[in-house]
Amino acid sequence: MVSCIRVSSDVLVLGAGGGGLRAAIESQSLGAKTIVVSKSVFGKAHTVMAEGGIAASLGDVDPKDSWEVHFSDTVREGVYIGDWRSAEILSKEAPERVYELEHYGALFDRTPEGKIMQRAFGAHTYRRLCHVGDKTGLEIIQTLKDMVLHLDIEVMDEVFITKIVVSGGRAVGAIGIRMRTGEVIVFSSKAVIVATGGCGRIYKTTSNSWESTGDGIALAFNAGAELKDMEMVQFHPTGMVYPPGVKGLLVTESVRGEGGMLFNSKGERFMRRYSPKRMELDARDVVARAVYAEIMAGRGTKHGGVYLDISYKGAAFIKKKLPGMYEQFKEFAGVDITKEKMEVAPTVHYHMGGISVNPEDCRTTVEGLFAAGEVTSGLHGANRLGGNSLADILVFGRRAGVGAASYSRSREGAASDIEASAIDAEMGRIAAMFSDSDGSNPYQLVNELRDNMAGNVGIIREEKGLRAALDSINSIKERAQRVRVAGNMVYNHALFGLLELQNMLIVSECVVLGALERKESRGAHTRSDYPSKDRSWKANIVCMNDNGKIALRKDEVRPMPADLLKIVGEEVY
Amino acid sequence: MKKISLGIYRQDPSADRKGKIVKYHVPVEEGMVVLDAVRHVQENTDPTLAVRWNCKAARCGSCAAEINGVPKLMCKTRIEDIGDDITVEPMRSFTLVKDLVTDISPAWAVARSLPHFHPRQRSVHPFRIEEMDVERSQEFRKCIECMLCMDVCHVKREHNTSYVGPRYIVKAASLDMHPMDSLDRSKFLDREGGIGYCNVTKCCQAICPAHIRITENAIIPEKERAADLFYDPLMMLLKRLRKVKD
Repeated sequence: MVSCIRVSSDVLVLGAGGGGLRAAIESQSLGAKTIVVSKSVFGKAHTVMAEGGIAASLGDVDPKDSWEVHFSDTVREGVYIGDWRSAEILSKEAPERVYELEHYGALFDRTPEGKIMQRAFGAHTYRRLCHVGDKTGLEIIQTLKDMVLHLDIEVMDEVFITKIVVSGGRAVGAIGIRMRTGEVIVFSSKAVIVATGGCGRIYKTTSNSWESTGDGIALAFNAGAELKDMEMVQFHPTGMVYPPGVKGLLVTESVRGEGGMLFNSKGERFMRRYSPKRMELDARDVVARAVYAEIMAGRGTKHGGVYLDISYKGAAFIKKKLPGMYEQFKEFAGVDITKEKMEVAPTVHYHMGGISVNPEDCRTTVEGLFAAGEVTSGLHGANRLGGNSLADILVFGRRAGVGAASYSRSREGAASDIEASAIDAEMGRIAAMFSDSDGSNPYQLVNELRDNMAGNVGIIREEKGLRAALDSINSIKERAQRVRVAGNMVYNHALFGLLELQNMLIVSECVVLGALERKESRGAHTRSDYPSKDRSWKANIVCMNDNGKIALRKDEVRPMPADLLKIVGEEVY
Repeated sequence: MKKISLGIYRQDPSADRKGKIVKYHVPVEEGMVVLDAVRHVQENTDPTLAVRWNCKAARCGSCAAEINGVPKLMCKTRIEDIGDDITVEPMRSFTLVKDLVTDISPAWAVARSLPHFHPRQRSVHPFRIEEMDVERSQEFRKCIECMLCMDVCHVKREHNTSYVGPRYIVKAASLDMHPMDSLDRSKFLDREGGIGYCNVTKCCQAICPAHIRITENAIIPEKERAADLFYDPLMMLLKRLRKVKD
């Protein structure tokens, strides 16, 4: 057998973003020995990029806000294919999680009365986003990180997980490579929580970090878990377009929340035509399509964007409320946003689809396997509201922690050792990727995949493009099998790039298959060949693992209880 | 297309006793940053090149390195600002893992030892805090933990001391100046954190990519508090007299 380091715990958390850390805090506090594993350095997870804030109906700014209104906004803007129970839990529990964060040491911006300041955001009825300037994610990750350290939770960062081990139908641990040393680590655990975030990097232009390659979705799928709503990819309306090195980098919705306006190259405030009532603050899918349409109609800027302008608010206001944006444009683009307009265009930002979970305790369809955060599906339906993602990771991170801890308690004794045969098989698979000679480079295939997804599976989709995307994925998949890696296991990007490519291919294929299947336009999914919403598609597309192949199933959305339906109202067609 | 000469420090400590600067020629486009150039080498020439990066937006602090000898973030350093002969090396204050990647994880033990947030008000009620009081601590919360301050600090770089380093004084200050916190971490910084070793050269403040006034707003106030607690001559005399009396 290959030599490896064995580690054992009650709960193993994959991912150290907000969701993973909140889950770990909960399970450790409930007495379950918890280990957190992350691909990036501890504290660098993509949560750090969250800017605008966390949605919770505190009513500190607009006292009329309530969980009911937050619930209704979430279901409506998810175009009724989100899970009502997930939305109910989120809107009811988010305020508690925000106050809890404050007691952990987070410091939010304040109202004149000394309460938590809340800002307006797209398609939220009231001002609802609790924030720290435009660096809310940094504050959250640092606060949770401090808690994790002081609860003596074991953290193993820069570990690349290659497999979730399933034995007798149960998730019993994982196998990974410690990037800094090249050692193989075998984790035995009574319960596993997947909180690895999204997959934005399957697209060329994205606001997502290096690590967002959909690893957790692929790991869970390979372990037999069902995925859902995979076709639902959110394009954020405003990403940077220039210079090329930062193309796709997020320009926070807070700019529009604080009063920023969108103009085309003719100086027209074009949202008047697309959404006369809500204007720039309509849901992200609506604004992204509008920006895209303006650019396609030839009313875009020189660099292929539209203008976003907040300069009229004055330098003092902008530097206080949007310090990150001010710096980002000054340093990367040489643009002073207190005086000049920004150039922006849509960028891939979030994945509403992912692993299917039960919202009560975040269990997946595989026993012992739990999931929370962007890697899951259900809460956001066909479109996510800004600020609901930070609420999601705290609310459901905590619930996953409770679920995994209580499941691990139900399994007596220590976690059972992972069988040598499973370790050998996985190590054999990885060893086969190494060879000295051929000079192939996984990144060329990664870039080909990203171009393909951007070109064929974008904001507006149609059958022909989607078929082409599928052909391209199959061709890359075939060539990926022949890529060989030189060198050893220590911090070898050729190896990690190849492992990521395999994950990205699984995720991309599910996205394309779902997009082909859904013959309508709903939320973030727009088909030029099926431009309207279709009642028969008030349903979720489920991706199942059928001996390594992806099989699809159409599930009706579970009906909402009458009391909740009264709050939201029936869907209009 | 214009090309630049990019020297990258290469060493795999498990195989090479010494590192070397390997020169690459990289095409540049407008607005390109050093990280783009390094990634170009990785994607086109040698995928085994080890470099740590994540957000590429100066928000996560993963890509710290020494660029032409100055500690900087690779993602934030524009090539047109520093010319066409560039050398990138790893941070020297930390143990090398490979090429440009160092091991910063020993810092988590320091983070664990620093006394945690301890609210005065142990109730479940929401806090009432004035915006003015929030702002002081918020400056320190802009820290992205890139560890460049730890790299540039000559105490950390050249002397093996117990000094926790600028990052953790900033962390202590962010908690000490939290309006609801009830502890004073200057005692910890003085007794265990070696804050006395800092001789206020302000190097850390000069290179901080988050523009935190580390020396002026964090280190000096913490040093002053420690001095008030332990080194005030009048208090020292009083304490001695009290001891004699006992």
